[in-house]
Amino acid sequence: MKKIKVLERILATIPLMLGVAILVFVFMRMLPGDPVDIMMGDSLATEAEMSMIRESMGLDEPFGSQLLSFLGGILKGDLGNSYMFNAPVKDVILRALPATIELALAAIVIALLLGVPIGILSAVKRNSWLDRITMGWAFLGISMPAFWLGLVLIILFGVNWGLLPTQGRLDHFVELKTITGIYTLDSILTGNLEAFKSSVRHLLLPGFTLGANLMAIVARVVRSSMIEVLEQDYVTLARAKGLVEWAVVTKHALRNALIPVITVVGLQVGVLLGGNMIVEQVFSWPGLGRLVVDAIYGRDYPLVQGAVMLYALTFVVANLIVDILYTNLNPKIEL
Amino acid sequence: MTLSEGKEILRDSSRLWWQNTKDFWRRFRKHPLAVLGLVILIIYILMAIFAPFIAPHDPNKQSISNRLLPPMAFEGGTSEYPLGTDYLGRDILSRIIYGSRVSLLVGVISIAISVFVGFVLGAIAGYYRGFFDTVLSRFSELLMAFPFLIFTIFVMAILGPGFWNLIVALTFKAWVEFFRLVRGEIMSEMTKEYIEAARALGRSSKEIITLEIVPNIFHSVLVLATLRMGYMIITEASLSFLGIGVPPRIPAWGTMVADGRDYILNAWWISTLPGLAIVILVLSINLFGEGLRDVLDPRLKKD
Repeated sequence: MKKIKVLERILATIPLMLGVAILVFVFMRMLPGDPVDIMMGDSLATEAEMSMIRESMGLDEPFGSQLLSFLGGILKGDLGNSYMFNAPVKDVILRALPATIELALAAIVIALLLGVPIGILSAVKRNSWLDRITMGWAFLGISMPAFWLGLVLIILFGVNWGLLPTQGRLDHFVELKTITGIYTLDSILTGNLEAFKSSVRHLLLPGFTLGANLMAIVARVVRSSMIEVLEQDYVTLARAKGLVEWAVVTKHALRNALIPVITVVGLQVGVLLGGNMIVEQVFSWPGLGRLVVDAIYGRDYPLVQGAVMLYALTFVVANLIVDILYTNLNPKIEL
Repeated sequence: MTLSEGKEILRDSSRLWWQNTKDFWRRFRKHPLAVLGLVILIIYILMAIFAPFIAPHDPNKQSISNRLLPPMAFEGGTSEYPLGTDYLGRDILSRIIYGSRVSLLVGVISIAISVFVGFVLGAIAGYYRGFFDTVLSRFSELLMAFPFLIFTIFVMAILGPGFWNLIVALTFKAWVEFFRLVRGEIMSEMTKEYIEAARALGRSSKEIITLEIVPNIFHSVLVLATLRMGYMIITEASLSFLGIGVPPRIPAWGTMVADGRDYILNAWWISTLPGLAIVILVLSINLFGEGLRDVLDPRLKKD
């Protein structure tokens, strides 16, 4: 692959992100309601005090100069101060981000651990009853709203069977010294077995809920690419050499069948992030998704702008990485 | 190319299309799951249309003495309320029946508008290219960079709750996919022989787009529209679940699931049953769409 092409693609993200920034900015200003009014709530601030606050937040300036100072701030890595938390947006986001990343990673891991074997089994036992059942489940996976699946899991595993925790990230009696904010990682780093168990148990239900959709997609993609690969000449050759079917599948076919999975997972990162606010809501998960919804309703302009920029950037970067990986794995495709 | 050759190619392309449409049912029937999906979908549509005649109760009538009754198959349930009642004593079955109206209308209208807008803009951009195409393509990339749900929440926050606001919020981003599909398809159709034939026969650009190209790419648009409709219904339900979809007085499945959240400890049916209605509807739409894809558009199958 040509290096120049990659550079071109990377440079092309800059105007795109600029467009995102402007669009978010304009959208936020179109929201009805004044942030200072909402912030003050029922307090007895006078009109003069209110306009002083407005001035200190730069809200009295004309629209254009507000936009310019916002864009200028981004270039300097400064996203402004959150109104709701009275702290730099960067800090507020960084505080919530580890929880969201941990949940997304858990979802991806669960989706792959379940989706890949299901897909392989279906492909190998093609058109058997096993294939039909697993593909039926995969179909169900893409047809279920996350909030419903989450509630059903809470009712079954939490309320009825009492097997798994359904709210938050850690049991309240467990103490954990945070380093990265990703609790499973932190508990390994500090050698805290109890916290590790607790955080993994807390991840299972929300992780499965968020990953169910991806799992279904992965299973379907693995199945169809596996079927394709199993018909290739080199697989036939491996069979002719007298290899056991299982060895043929795992040693020869799997590696090539997994290439499309990379693409799918990469493209779904944006969808995972978009879906996380529902899952975070259902499982009281203190992550970015819940924060953004609160911030939109609290008219916390800087926080929403920062968070949405981050979402968009992740999405754009994930797409870029997928494209680059894909062309590397499959040189026939041009970037 | 002579005039008669050109006419021959044109006639062949339109004959092929008719032939395909005629073959459609014959081939579609071979997909039992897709047929099942279609049948369930039709049942839902009938349920939505005839809701006032089917529903045993007024969906909004409250009855304090009949609060939190379980479905009739469970202890304490009565046949008067087959699927039980919620915390205000409203009949769950009647609310589910009426709730199908919101889901189906939102799904159909938002997809119809998205297809229309995406089709028109995509056709113009793909046929004429140039500045218009560049601007629209950049704008569509911009919209694609937003996660769908955040984007719709954003728009709903600006517009406030309401049925038509919901439609606007959903279509604001959904047209992009159809735009990109139609634009791409038209650009690839343009390189084919029959377009050249139509040009040689002196057809105008408008005629070429509407009479020649549209019938040829209609299938792939239809397939995508069906497969996206389930997603629209889920997104609407998600917004209603968050309390920012349709106003609370209209029975909607997402709202009902949210209503039941506080009662999952002792009344699981309030949340789970309306959710099940969503799952079955979306599942049958997806099965139908998958069957359509197999029959109409083998190219899309590579996934």
